[in-house]
Amino acid sequence: MSVPGAWYLILAAVLFSIGAAGMLLRRNMLVMFMCVELMLNAANLTFVTYSRMLGDVAGQVAVFFVLIVAAAEVVVGLGIIVALFRRRSGATADDFHILKG
Amino acid sequence: MTGVLAVTVPDLATFVVAGAVVLASAIGVVVARNPVHSALFLVATLFGVAVLFVEQQAEFLAAVQVIVYAGAIVVLFLFVIMLLGVDRPEGLARDPLRGQRPLGAVLVLVSLAEILALARLHWATGHGTAGSTGGASGNVAALGRSVFTAYLLPFEITSALLIIAVVGAVVLARRPHRVSQQQYGARDERMVATERSGTGRSGTEPSGTGRSGT
Repeated sequence: MSVPGAWYLILAAVLFSIGAAGMLLRRNMLVMFMCVELMLNAANLTFVTYSRMLGDVAGQVAVFFVLIVAAAEVVVGLGIIVALFRRRSGATADDFHILKG
Repeated sequence: MTGVLAVTVPDLATFVVAGAVVLASAIGVVVARNPVHSALFLVATLFGVAVLFVEQQAEFLAAVQVIVYAGAIVVLFLFVIMLLGVDRPEGLARDPLRGQRPLGAVLVLVSLAEILALARLHWATGHGTAGSTGGASGNVAALGRSVFTAYLLPFEITSALLIIAVVGAVVLARRPHRVSQQQYGARDERMVATERSGTGRSGTEPSGTGRSGT
């Protein structure tokens, strides 16, 4: 018998919270971006856990699509960061307050 | 839910070790001063999550996790870190918003408590139509059958999404032409002038010609 699914869900919740904490507390844009990946992985872990608990492969298909969207998101996001750094040499997200409307 | 006593020792050991690696590395991503260290901690986290995927009979996703995340995405992160040279310490001395950090910590704790409280509820989850997970041997076959039958249209749409992402990345990262470079330069100076006449809160100097040479 494998480990109960609730343990995985608690682990995923804690992982999501760590990612959210990094997103809220850090200023470096690249580290904030990595924290987004942490949160996506927590969601993936939840999907796979429910897929096993319910005996349904649809959860794993959802993880498959999340992986694709994450790859596209990273490509475009890093492109935006590179374009921003080409203009300004600031290292933190606060240096780009000129972007607010 | 079955009790804790029904858990076999290898499963429990795998879960505990992989979970500890995941959580410790995730904390390392957040607290590391150097972005390169954060990226390496991120690799460890992704490997731990991949181990947990294998533990839950999702072997294909574990392989994809290692190949796509650890192999491609983290390398892209490291490439951008090296390209931009942003491995400088960030200024955490002042908060742009008053009380941002305590407020953020409180918000995280509240959201964690909320998630854990929601996990105790019972959700209406009917039986899906996508078929079983396929057991220990047929996971790839079950996943492939589901992707290419029930989820064929979303799968095809993702190809368009990836093409759009590639085009967007090329457009964003493309160096402007020499003809339009003067326009860009003029716009840059205007932006700097706006910056100087504005609040002037930021202490960073505008980028000169040094960045464009990289």
